Amino acid sequence: MSSHHHDHHHGHDHHHGHDHHHGHGHDHGEEQHWTEVELRVKALESLLVEKGLVDPAALEVLIQTYETKVGPRNGARVVARAWTDPAYKARLLADGSAAIAELGYTGRQGEDMVVLENTDQVHHMVVCTLCSCYPWPVLGLPPAWYKAAPYRARAVREPRAVLAEFGVPVPDEREVRVWDSTAELRYLVLPQRPPGTEGLDEAALAELVTRDSMIGVGQPRPPGETP
Amino acid sequence: MNGAHDLGGVDGFGPVLREADEPLFHHPWERRAFAVTLAAGMLGRWNIDMARFAREDTSPVTYLNATYYEHWLRGLERLLVERGLVGAAELASGRAEGPGPVPAMPAERVPAALARGGSAMRPATGPAKFRPGQAVRVRNLHPRGHTRMPRYCRGQVGTIERDHGVFVFPDTNAAGRGEAPQRCYAVGFAARTLWGPEASPVDRVMVDLWDDYLEAA
Repeated sequence: MSSHHHDHHHGHDHHHGHDHHHGHGHDHGEEQHWTEVELRVKALESLLVEKGLVDPAALEVLIQTYETKVGPRNGARVVARAWTDPAYKARLLADGSAAIAELGYTGRQGEDMVVLENTDQVHHMVVCTLCSCYPWPVLGLPPAWYKAAPYRARAVREPRAVLAEFGVPVPDEREVRVWDSTAELRYLVLPQRPPGTEGLDEAALAELVTRDSMIGVGQPRPPGETP
Repeated sequence: MNGAHDLGGVDGFGPVLREADEPLFHHPWERRAFAVTLAAGMLGRWNIDMARFAREDTSPVTYLNATYYEHWLRGLERLLVERGLVGAAELASGRAEGPGPVPAMPAERVPAALARGGSAMRPATGPAKFRPGQAVRVRNLHPRGHTRMPRYCRGQVGTIERDHGVFVFPDTNAAGRGEAPQRCYAVGFAARTLWGPEASPVDRVMVDLWDDYLEAA
């Protein structure tokens, strides 16, 4: 717990003004003070391990998987492949799950994928108003803002205002098409390839693909701009 | 249920708060809550719809005051007791009164289980009730149990945009009343249909909706 600081949680649901569970003094107290939620989690984990319902090593595998193996670089590779290989792009738009599986990304919270291609006519944007559905195999776990009330409440009602806050202006005549992930389909936005990238190979293109651009609330980086 | 989780269109939450270089977990306990929830889910004693209902079936006050992993923790505690994996007394005391009814999923089987996932798609058994391009109205239903029909689209007319195929029906699956597989479609609604004349005339909202939520318009 030594890395626990009081200010770790900016942007994490804190518009509600609650801070009842945030730590006191893990860094500066002489004794450990655990918050109520920390105690509940600790108690539950040890109870489940004691009852043989959870393998402690399995917990480490789960954490390692999402901290180190699964994340938006996976989705960036899918996008870069689609930008450079027209046949792959056609397969990706026709059957997202199968084409993404070609690159080895499959499984939990991405079993049935739909890929949405941004064009000069349509800008796609993805939300889950009811919970936090998100395509884990290609994007990893969602950022806090995606799961929090403001984005879930506003993305369907005033998507252009949200996009403006994210620095993504969309011309009035271009349709903003918001996809509310209410079922088990998981959506990945295929952003438009930035101009001036004709000479870049697939690996260099993947570096330009941001997580937000694959949710539909960002654009890929222009070439030459460092991450 | 008409719960606080159904957030689409609610005003007053303020701006979307983004965080530069956001960590995957904001506190060490969130990391543990995440892993314990996934590991317990792998015991197969509940489905994803039951898990969603366990998180949303609470007072709006509780829902809106909790952070994301607090929802997960509260849902997990409830499911463990409801589905007979942990006794209520054990949960309260933190002391095991005996071994659980099923063995843990061993660590070595976790990577394959994650890579396999669990698709909710089921084989089609008949023709689709609605076809792309067809106008449909979302039924004005207010089930007390789990549903994936957001309130903002109930009673509204939209157009079938995509036939996704046949999927498990969440309303019955969450209640343990079977999968009742049926067609799920992306239904497109004009932004002005949902939000009135101030909305953009060209924008649309797509909502994934099942046969039982829809009627011909």
